[in-house]
Amino acid sequence: MKSIILTTTTRLLTPMILLFSAFLLLRGHQLPGGGFIGGLIAAAAFGLYLLAFDARQTRDLLRIDPRNLVSLGLIVALGSGLMGMAEDTPFLTARWGSFQVADLGQIDLGSPLFFDFGVYLVVLGSALTMLITLMEEG
Amino acid sequence: MGFAICSVFLLALLAPLLVRLAKAVSGWLMAIVPCALTTWFLSLLKMSAEGAVLRQSWQWLPDLGIELTFFLDGLSLLFAILICGVGTLVMIFSGRYLESHKDLGRFFLLLSLFMASMLGLVLAGNLITLFLFWELTTITSFFLIGFEYHKETARNSALQALLVTGIGGLALLGGLILMGQAAGTMDLAELLNSDELLKQHAWYPAIVLLIAMGAFAKSAQVPFHFWLPSAMEAPTPVSAYLHSVTMVKAGIYLLLRLSPILGGTPLWHGLLEIIGGITMLWGVLLAVRQTDLKRLLAYTTISSLGTLVFLIGLDIPLSIEAALVYLLAHALYKATLFLMTGTIDHATGTRDLRDLGGLFGLMPIIGTVGVLATLSMAGVMPFIGFLGKELFYEVVLSAPRAAWPSILATLLTSVLMVAAAAMAGLTPFFGAARFERLPHGPVAPGLWLGPLVLVALGIGTGLFIGPVDRFLLTPAISAVLPGHIPAPLALWHGFTPVLAYSILTLIGGALVYSFRNTLHRWTGNWSANPFWQADTVYDRLLSGLFAFADRLTRILQNGRLRYYLLTVFISASVMMGSAFLWYGTITLPPLRTSIQLGDLILAGVILSAALIAARVGKRLVAIVAMGVIGYGVALIFAQFGAPDLAMTQFSIETITVLLFVLIFHRLPLFSRLAHRRVRSVDVVVATTVGGLMTVLTLVAVSSPQVSQLSQFFAEQSVPAAHGRNIVNTILVDFRALDTLGEITVLGMASIGVLALLKLNSVKRKNR
Repeated sequence: MKSIILTTTTRLLTPMILLFSAFLLLRGHQLPGGGFIGGLIAAAAFGLYLLAFDARQTRDLLRIDPRNLVSLGLIVALGSGLMGMAEDTPFLTARWGSFQVADLGQIDLGSPLFFDFGVYLVVLGSALTMLITLMEEG
Repeated sequence: MGFAICSVFLLALLAPLLVRLAKAVSGWLMAIVPCALTTWFLSLLKMSAEGAVLRQSWQWLPDLGIELTFFLDGLSLLFAILICGVGTLVMIFSGRYLESHKDLGRFFLLLSLFMASMLGLVLAGNLITLFLFWELTTITSFFLIGFEYHKETARNSALQALLVTGIGGLALLGGLILMGQAAGTMDLAELLNSDELLKQHAWYPAIVLLIAMGAFAKSAQVPFHFWLPSAMEAPTPVSAYLHSVTMVKAGIYLLLRLSPILGGTPLWHGLLEIIGGITMLWGVLLAVRQTDLKRLLAYTTISSLGTLVFLIGLDIPLSIEAALVYLLAHALYKATLFLMTGTIDHATGTRDLRDLGGLFGLMPIIGTVGVLATLSMAGVMPFIGFLGKELFYEVVLSAPRAAWPSILATLLTSVLMVAAAAMAGLTPFFGAARFERLPHGPVAPGLWLGPLVLVALGIGTGLFIGPVDRFLLTPAISAVLPGHIPAPLALWHGFTPVLAYSILTLIGGALVYSFRNTLHRWTGNWSANPFWQADTVYDRLLSGLFAFADRLTRILQNGRLRYYLLTVFISASVMMGSAFLWYGTITLPPLRTSIQLGDLILAGVILSAALIAARVGKRLVAIVAMGVIGYGVALIFAQFGAPDLAMTQFSIETITVLLFVLIFHRLPLFSRLAHRRVRSVDVVVATTVGGLMTVLTLVAVSSPQVSQLSQFFAEQSVPAAHGRNIVNTILVDFRALDTLGEITVLGMASIGVLALLKLNSVKRKNR
């Protein structure tokens, strides 16, 4: 049962929800948001796509197996923890740097953001692994 | 030292690639790194002879005193040289021995991983670092024993070794933590410099028992010895390397390492002497009845390990000296004999002593090696084995306790050891010829080089015992016995009572060997697996455990969601209720007086949705009602200033609805299955849990600790974590390790779900 209204809306909505999830991830350190919420919302975006289309098309859209997203996320989170060890501080010590971007002003970038990105990927990957497999096997 | 360990780990990663690129010479290529490391360690000998130690440290968990510390003194150096040196030869040997094996790359990967772990173990300078590498050797050994994983025996043996040494590892962890707590430091160098305090500590007996259990399990002491003969399922180079020279010596290393800290008490003496003594006798008694060459060598290894434990337990300066000489000698001849076995097996296709004989003419080099190794093992001049045996007798003759039983046990062990040596090293080569020509062609250089070098070292170290003693052994002895300067070793001790015992041993051994056929006929009638054998006990325990787990699973995992929830809820309320009773009074905070209309409406919506969900007869309505409850709770979060929680709750609810949609059409019809009376039980349980949770929440809110914590995070979140969102700074910075654990669990859970779903579809397909 394909609904043309649903598929069309989904085509428009999915990128916007994904953008919103990235927005939540990036601002998470200062304002409500973060990797966990961002990952869940991104999963909802792909979940919507899954309902409107099917598992195969969702996999094509993702390009990467959601299981690999989980391991990638764990590696990113671990790697961000190792960044702290470079200067003889314990594992997972946050490291921060500031960048001056021409018109935007100063941007603070730190290893916690990478860690949060890892959380984002793991949450997204786990939720999608469950959803897509349920769709395929159910 | 960090780079040495890292380089071997790197080698492990490159191994499969190396094998793919140049399979024919992969053994030689793999040997380059260990060979270079051997050279490096040898170059440190002079420094260590002058009494210097190397130390390297990285912070890990400084608050708990846990650091990644490496520490090299004479004792570590002796082991490191053995690990890398024998490792080099084993690599070369394996390349040829497994040349046609499809998984050679995986083999080299595992073997190098093991080598790196073992190196880390002997160089560890912190108790937790030591434990980490200790467990890594257990795990890599598991994979190496189970290398031929398609064989059931290999899998079972691997599991057996893992379980036995793993249980020992747990005991060791307990012992090490207790020791660290009692001494106030986890650092090995600090522990070695600490005074006698630890021996008077109330935990001392527990520490010794736990650590000894770990060491005994690893070093195959009775009653844990049975895993070692089973581990002979591993490819022969693995047996030569792990199960004679390195891994089984880890327990010996640990006992030597800790004997200045823990030794010298009656408990230490008694435990090590008795267990070591029993093991050395029992091992060799079982050895002479074996007909499989590898199993024979395995049992003699058990006996030798027992001898080492026994000597360490005696704990007089000379006994430590004897232990180290014995250890070096044993490493050299036992690795030789194992590699020789591998060569014979590779050339003839069998290693059963009853099928072997007269091979000397067909493989003269290996034959010579075998004879020489036999002589070293039997303790003949001028091999280092001779010196080992001489010192052993010398120690026992001056044993401070139980002299006569010790001398008798030593004599019997040594006589049988000579016989076992002759069975292993002479039987295959002499006597009636069983092969006219070698079925698999002549022996390649890669196969005889390793054993030849090792046996030559056995002679060399014996002849040049002076420098070996000064640079290799004395620094190791001083590491175990701080402040003790041993008398220089010499090969020839003159005509002493010890020499008489040595000669007696050789004659006795020769006699036993000449009656070996009678011996085999006699012992061959014993039942293969008598009930008193540790192996059988292990099997019984394991099957008992499986049966118990089976029954427990059938009770707990009965497949009914209702009972799962009942179990969880009832245990939660029992625990919460007893905690409340235990702590007595409960002070509830004053209720908020200003309840707003919005709050009331929200509460009303949630409550009525809950009632509907419990009462309604249609699934779709129930799902929607549950959704209303979720969104209502999210609104409460939003209302009370927790936007992050609210957003998470909203997303979770959305995803849950998605999940329901996906499985909705597969669910059975919605009907009331439970009886009315059963459901009244549910009502009681639900009310109890809900009530207790309410009380718990109120108590938690009124506890003063919470406000302190939130104040800390509110103050610190911007200066310490660069963020204004407190929830997020806690998640990704203050308590990032918790989050890392959580996302790992999340990932595992999704793999679990995947496996369950896939399994279901596989089952359906098979039907």
